[in-house]
Amino acid sequence: MTNSWVDIKNADLVLIMGGNAAEAHPCGFKWVTEAMQQRNAKLVVVDPRFTRSAAVADYYAPIRVGTDIAFLAGVINYMLSNDKVHMEYVKTYTNATFLVNDKFSFENGFFTGYDEGKRSYDKSTWGYQRDKSKDEFVMVDETMQSPNCVYQLMKKHYSRYTPELVSKICGTPKDAFLKVAGFIAGTHTPDRVMTILYALGWTQHSVGSQNIRAMAMIQLLLGNMGRAGGGVNALRGHANVQGITDMCLYSEVLPGYLGAPTDADTTREDYLKVRTPKPLRPNQMNFPQNFPKWHTSLMKAWFGDAANKDNNFAYDMMPKRDTAYDALAIFERMYQGKVNGFLCQGFNPLAAIPNKKKLGIAFAKLKFLVVMDPLQTETAEFWKNFTDFNNVETDKIETEVFRLPATCFAEETGSFTNSSRVLQWHQRATEPPGEAKTDAEIMASLFMRMRDLYKKDGGTFPDAIVNMAWAYSNPNNPAPEEVAREFNGKALGDVMAPPDPKNPKEPPKVLVKAGEQLPGFAMLRDDGSTSCGNWLYCGSWSQAGNNMARRDTSDPSGLGVYPNWGFSWPANRRVLYNRAGADPAGKPWDPKRKGIAWNGTAWAGSDVPDIAPALGPDSGAGPFIMTPEGVGRLFAVGLMAEGPFPEHYEPFETPVGVNLMCPSNAKAVSNPAARVYKGDMEQFGKMAEFPYAATTYRLTEHHHFWTKNARANAATQPAQFVEIGDELAKEKGIANGQMVKVRSNRGEIKAVAVVTKRIKALEVNGKKVHTVGIPIHWGFIGLAKSGYLSNTLTPFVGDANSQTPEFKAFLVNVEKA
Amino acid sequence: MTLQSSLDIQARSATTTPSPSVRSSAAVAKLIDESKCIGCKACQVACQEWNELREEIGNNVGVYDNPSDLSASSWTLMRFAEVEDKDNNLSWLIRKDGCMHCADPGCLKACPAPGAIVQYSNGIVDFKQEACIGCGNCITGCPFNIPRISKKDNKAYKCTLCSDRVAVGLEPACVKTCPTGAITFGSKEDMVSYGEKRTKELQERGYANAGLYNPAGVGGTHVMYVLRHADKTEQYSGLPKDPSISPLVSLWKGAFKPLALLGMGVTALAGFFHYMKVGPNEVEDEKSREEA
Repeated sequence: MTNSWVDIKNADLVLIMGGNAAEAHPCGFKWVTEAMQQRNAKLVVVDPRFTRSAAVADYYAPIRVGTDIAFLAGVINYMLSNDKVHMEYVKTYTNATFLVNDKFSFENGFFTGYDEGKRSYDKSTWGYQRDKSKDEFVMVDETMQSPNCVYQLMKKHYSRYTPELVSKICGTPKDAFLKVAGFIAGTHTPDRVMTILYALGWTQHSVGSQNIRAMAMIQLLLGNMGRAGGGVNALRGHANVQGITDMCLYSEVLPGYLGAPTDADTTREDYLKVRTPKPLRPNQMNFPQNFPKWHTSLMKAWFGDAANKDNNFAYDMMPKRDTAYDALAIFERMYQGKVNGFLCQGFNPLAAIPNKKKLGIAFAKLKFLVVMDPLQTETAEFWKNFTDFNNVETDKIETEVFRLPATCFAEETGSFTNSSRVLQWHQRATEPPGEAKTDAEIMASLFMRMRDLYKKDGGTFPDAIVNMAWAYSNPNNPAPEEVAREFNGKALGDVMAPPDPKNPKEPPKVLVKAGEQLPGFAMLRDDGSTSCGNWLYCGSWSQAGNNMARRDTSDPSGLGVYPNWGFSWPANRRVLYNRAGADPAGKPWDPKRKGIAWNGTAWAGSDVPDIAPALGPDSGAGPFIMTPEGVGRLFAVGLMAEGPFPEHYEPFETPVGVNLMCPSNAKAVSNPAARVYKGDMEQFGKMAEFPYAATTYRLTEHHHFWTKNARANAATQPAQFVEIGDELAKEKGIANGQMVKVRSNRGEIKAVAVVTKRIKALEVNGKKVHTVGIPIHWGFIGLAKSGYLSNTLTPFVGDANSQTPEFKAFLVNVEKA
Repeated sequence: MTLQSSLDIQARSATTTPSPSVRSSAAVAKLIDESKCIGCKACQVACQEWNELREEIGNNVGVYDNPSDLSASSWTLMRFAEVEDKDNNLSWLIRKDGCMHCADPGCLKACPAPGAIVQYSNGIVDFKQEACIGCGNCITGCPFNIPRISKKDNKAYKCTLCSDRVAVGLEPACVKTCPTGAITFGSKEDMVSYGEKRTKELQERGYANAGLYNPAGVGGTHVMYVLRHADKTEQYSGLPKDPSISPLVSLWKGAFKPLALLGMGVTALAGFFHYMKVGPNEVEDEKSREEA
C-alpha cells in the first residue's frame, strides 16, 4: 500500500477492483465501512462476480475476467476527453510535459521494437528526448501541445478506448461502465479523493503489472497520489507477505528492492553505475542516487570484516544471476529434470503453482525434497496416491522427502510487516508442539553444518559461505532480536556529518557513534562505516530500542496516522509521496486532510515528510523522489516489458479469440512480451473446446490451504464447490448442489455446483460469455472434505514483468459429473 | 451457560411462584447492522470458540450457508439470499440468524419444564439444559425457528447472548469478533437510538425503506437488525415481518392451561390411588428369574 489500512477511512470513494477486500481482508474492510459511515464515502465494486464486497457496495459493475486494462484505459479516455483530470497536479507532478523519443510509436498491437522471435522488445525508442547542452536533462513542453509530449501521446493512445469498445471487450454494459467512470473521474477535484483496493485479482494475469500501472496512471491524473484517503493500495494476502517482499526472497532483488547482480555486472563499479541514476531534471532529489550506500551497508551486514575496500566489499562473493529464477522458471527447470534437490520453506507449490500435473512430474524428478512447514502439506505428500485427488504411481517415484516441522506464527517471536508497510513486533504466545523448531533455527542449523563441511572439505567456491558474518550468541539459533537489530543496521565506525559549507574549517560533527544502532537510512555510508541488512527497515530498531514494539494509540491529527504505533517503512512514513498531498506552493490540496505542508522554513505535519525537510517549494524538487525525474510516470519509459503505456491484451486462454484493440494482428492477441515455455503454448486451451471463462479465488472462511486443517474453519466451508451462473446451469441442465466436472486443457476437477445469480453471462463482441468461479482451498490433506487442487486447471504462464501466474483468467468446460 | 444470579431471573418457564424483585438490571441488546455485514462468518466461529462447540464438517448443498442450518452446536448462522428486484438489480442479502431474545419469549411460554427456560432482567432468554425435558415445545413456541434439540442428549440449545460474558461486563463473543462493526452491543435504549441513527443514515444514502427491526409482536427483541430493506424482511432468508407467538402456545397458556393443569392433577391423583390400591410398581429381576 502507498497509504495504510487506517487511511482508507479518509477516502470519499473506495474502488474495489482486482480484489475482493470484504472476502479476503475482512478485518481491514472495517476501514471501508468506517469511511462509508463516517464520511459518507461511496463504495464501488468492479468484478466478474457479485462478491461479498459487492454485497455492501453502493454500485457494482460486472467485467469479464482479464479485461481490466481495457476498462481502466476507457476510464482514462473518459477523464481526458471530459476534462476530468487534476490539471495542476498532472502538469507539475507527472511526466505529462516530458518529450518522448520521436521514433516511439504504437501500431496495431505493438509498440516500436518488437522482436517476435524473442517475444520481447528493443526498448531503445521508449525513452525521453534529452538536452545534450544541459546535463542530458529531459526536454519538456510546458504547454503540453507537442505531439511527442507524454500528455498528447497518452491522449492519442487511449482515445481508442471508447465506451462502446470497452463494453464490447469487457462485457460491462455501457451505462454501467460510464457510471463507474463517472464515480472515478468525480474525484479529480482537490476536495475529493479516491482510494483503490486491489489484490491478486490484478496481479495474477499475464498483464498483471500493467493492470496496476493503469490504475497508478488514473490516480496520478486525478491527483490522488500522496493524499490522505488516496493512493494505490495492494492488499497483501498473508500476514507477513509484505515482509517477505521487502526482504526480497527473490532472485532478482536483494533486501530493500536492490537490483541483484547479473552475469553482465562483472565488477562492483559497473554494477553500481548501472543502478545509480543521474537526475533527469534539474534540482531533483533523485533518491536512488544513494544506491551505493544501501548496497555497501548490506554487504557489511552479510560479510562483516570480510567485506572491505580491498576486496570491493565482497562483490565477488555475490552470486551473479545467469538466467531467470522466478517460481515458474524454477519449476520449469525441475520439470526438465535439471534440479536435484528442493528446499521448500513455508510454501505449498503443488497447490500454489499452476498446472498441478506438471508440478507432480517435476517433483518426481527430484532426488530429494525438504519441506519445512508447521502443517502436513500436499507438496510433502505429492508421492502418495489419494485416488482421483492425486492419482500417482507411488512405486515409480524415487524422490526422498524430508519433513522438518516448523513453528507457526503464534509459536515464535518476531516481526510482521503488514500491507500498510508497518512492522509490528509480536511475542511467542505458546511453546511449539513436539519437535517443531522455528524457521530461523532450522535454517541456521543447516547453514552451520554446511559451513563446517565447506571449511573441512573445501569446494568450488566456499568463500561466500565461509565468510558470511554470523555473530549470533547461539549460531544455531539466532535470536529474532539479534536479526532485527542486524537488519536495522549499526555504525561500525563514527558516522560523520558532511562538512558544513558555511564553516568549512569546523571539525565535522559525529552523527552516530561507532557501535550504535542507526536512527535511519540517511546515516548509511558507502565507505564501510555502516552495516544495514535492509535499508528500508533502517530505523525499526534504533538506539532508542525496538520501534516495532511501540503501541502508542494516540493520533494527534485524527487522520489515522498513529505515528508511534510500530514502525512504518520508509522512515516511519505512513503515506508515501506525501509531498504530492500539498500543492506546488506547499499548501495541502485539502486543508481538512492535511498530511504535510510547507511552514515557511520546513515541511511539517502529521506524517514524516517524503522529501528533504528543507527542500522548499521554490527548489523545484518534485514529490516523487524515488524517480530520477522527480515526478510520477504516466509514460513508464523502458521499465515495463510490454510497453510504456498499458495496453489491453487478452488472457492466454481467451473466450473471444481476438484482441478487439487490434483485430487484424493475430500475434498480439495476448501479451506479446510474456514468456511462454516450450510445450506450454500447446497446453493452452482453445475456446471451441473450452468455451467458458474461469477464474480462481479465495473465500473468507479459509486461508489458502492452511485452515482446512482447522475444524471451525472447515465446518464453515466444508466441501469443494464451483460457482456457475443460473443461465449456464440451465443451458447445461445442472441443478444447484449437483456434482459437476470442470475441465481445462490440463486436467479436470469434480465439485459441487453452486448455481448463482451473482455470476452473469456477459455480452462480449456480440456473443455470450459465461464465467465459472473456482474457489481454491481444498486439497487431499486436512479436516475439510477432500477435494481437487484448483491449480489442476490453471495455465503455466505468468505476467511478463513479475512472472506471477495467470490464475485469474483461463478457459474451462463444464458438464454434469 | 450462565453466571447470572437467580436474583436476576425475571421469568421462569412453567413456574407459578413470583420472580425475585429486590434488584433489577438494565436491559441489554445486540444490534446487527445488515448494511455493514459481509457474511464473513467470524461470528459463527467466535460462537463456536467461546462456547467450546464444534460443528460437524458437513457438505456443500449449493449455498454459502455452512453449516446448512442451526443445530445444537451451531447457535448462529449466516444466511445468504440472492434477490433481484423488478429492474434486475441484484442484492446479496446476508443475515446473521440466531436467537432474537424476545421480550415476550414464545419458547419460555411454551416450555412445560419448570425453570428450563429463564429470562433475566437484562432481557436475555436462556435455556437451562439441566431442567430441559427435550419435548420441543420451545421450537413450536419460537416465531423465528431457532431452538434445536440435540441428538446426543435430547435437550434444546440456542444462543445465550453470551449470558456468561454479559454477566461479567463483556460483550457477546460475536460482537467482539465482528471485523466490520456490523454487530454492536449495549443497553437496549442505546441500541435503539443507534439503530434509528443508522436507519436515518441509510435512508439518506438512498435506501428509502431502511429500518430498525424490533418487532412489537414479541414485545420487541434484545437482538435487533438494521435492514436496508425493512419493508421486505422476508427477503432476508424468511425473516418474519410481524412475528408473533404461535396460537397453539397462547392456547396452552390461556384457555387450555387450567385444563392441562387439571389433567396433570388427575394423572397424579390416579397414580396415588394406584399406589394405595396395588402398591409400588416393581420390575421383576429378569436375571434372578432365569436363575430360578
